[in-house]
Amino acid sequence: MNATGVSEYRRREESITLSAMGKPHPDGSHDELLTLNFGPHHPATHGVLRLLVNLQGEVVRSIKPIIGYVHTGIEKTAEDKAYWKVIPVVERMDYASYYFNATAYCCAVETLAEVEVPKRAQYLRVIHLELNRIASHLLWLGTSALDLGAISMFWYCFREREQILDLFEMSSGQRMHTRYIQVGGVIEDIPRGFEEKVRAFTSVMPGRADQYNALLHSNEIVLARLRGTCAVDADTLLSLGVTGPLLRAAGNPWDLRKADPYSSYEDFQFKIPVGTVGDNYDRFAVRVAEMYESVKIIEQAIEGLPEGPHITTDRKVALPPRHELATSMEALIHHFKLVTEGFRVPPGEVYFPIESPRGELGCFVRSDGSSKPARVHMRDPSFVNLQALSAMAEGSYIADLIATLAMLDPILGGIDR
Amino acid sequence: MPDATGLELLAHELRSSQAIGADGVLETLHFRGKAALIVAPERIRPVLGTLRERGYTFLASVHGVDYLPHEPRLGVHYELLDMSRVDRVAVKLRVPTDAPVIDSVTPDGPDGPGWPTADHQEREIYDMFGVRFRGHPDLRRILMPEDYEGHPQRRDFPVGGEPIKFTFNEHDWQGDAR
Repeated sequence: MNATGVSEYRRREESITLSAMGKPHPDGSHDELLTLNFGPHHPATHGVLRLLVNLQGEVVRSIKPIIGYVHTGIEKTAEDKAYWKVIPVVERMDYASYYFNATAYCCAVETLAEVEVPKRAQYLRVIHLELNRIASHLLWLGTSALDLGAISMFWYCFREREQILDLFEMSSGQRMHTRYIQVGGVIEDIPRGFEEKVRAFTSVMPGRADQYNALLHSNEIVLARLRGTCAVDADTLLSLGVTGPLLRAAGNPWDLRKADPYSSYEDFQFKIPVGTVGDNYDRFAVRVAEMYESVKIIEQAIEGLPEGPHITTDRKVALPPRHELATSMEALIHHFKLVTEGFRVPPGEVYFPIESPRGELGCFVRSDGSSKPARVHMRDPSFVNLQALSAMAEGSYIADLIATLAMLDPILGGIDR
Repeated sequence: MPDATGLELLAHELRSSQAIGADGVLETLHFRGKAALIVAPERIRPVLGTLRERGYTFLASVHGVDYLPHEPRLGVHYELLDMSRVDRVAVKLRVPTDAPVIDSVTPDGPDGPGWPTADHQEREIYDMFGVRFRGHPDLRRILMPEDYEGHPQRRDFPVGGEPIKFTFNEHDWQGDAR
């Protein structure tokens, strides 16, 4: 530090002049374009994304994403399964936010079949959705910091993510792809001791998020790589269909949990973090701030968790409780029908959007009246948001492309489905 | 969502527009509180353009549907959203499999600005259902390999229609086509 308060590093950095940039090289090589193949197997692509990048020197001139490497035909598979057997396959689309996939699908089917979801089930869904949102953001924060060279963040983020996965294991028996959300509610009520464990997590999580902030917000390299890089304004993002934290970073407070509440989100007090200019720093800051808000929602949901059934009592769509099978012939028949054929859904088409950690996750379900959906389509936010990569990174340095890709937070399982 | 009356008013407004005409909107559908307009396939660009002026400025999703055994078989749905009124309306159209061609809504045109977000989604519908989008800037397969034959999301495309090479049958493999 010198007398003016500017660090030696910053002073030297600012003394570098960029006036030679953009001027043609004497031998004309400056204007030559280099096509670089980036991926599909590259740690910075967060999956199997392939980019064809045209470079002029170190400046990105055009980006062409090539996707489909993990296309597994989940939408096709879903057409061949009974409604309730589709849940585990759609969960595997966006593998970092499985509760959201299942909720979007189940809400669409519930709308089609006009199934009422009990209040307790809605609250249990919210608790798990928000835990999943934190887990997804932690996965993003850890791997993104890794891309920026901050390796220790990865271990810290996975420590808290592990706690969340332990909670999932406690309530459903699985750590990932839990099949917890069902048509009409959730599969099981939370076990004894779950509330205390969630409270223990929510009491520790804000402090941990403070630590992440302390590690990254005072890290000069991270700030230099994020601040002012690859900004895109809200109108361009909207025309490209971008939603979620990327849109909120540009100052548009669009959040379906507030705008069009589903699953009792209207009962909770929380804020929507927004950015100002929509650069990489805002994208980073918005997601970190969202973790605090998710903790608040979980605390309120645990506090106000209503009594009542955890799944609809409509035996036509939900399995009867096990103890009824021994005494009730009717329950046995319902059980048999549900397990063999599944339930039938009246014909119709419904598009149901929810707010996933990456934006608007919409599930379109078409029913032809049989026990299998005639069409299941996921409007996956990663798939749509990827189109904004060119708008964000063209004209910037290739190092900023890596940072932008990290801040875009694409999940390739959701893109390719 | 517009209620049933609002939807009729919207349809009336579209029908009285010059570019769309009385036969541009075929049907209105109000189902489970969700509003949908069924439109003539050749009028899709003016319909979306007019709805944009009515406030539906965000194209949330475009998806394809195969209505087998009903004709015309292939459907394309556009989910529009008005963010200031939090209002959604779906626009749906149907095309037959022997001439599945409609105008792309991606590029800007003489009839107004396009919807850049439809780019990847129209490519996906082309890939999965074989609907061709006239005027799309880059209509290629997006999820399936470029040399793939057929459109796998069609209802008459079999599941598991492709032979798989395992270690137990790799020697019986005829040629090594795949």
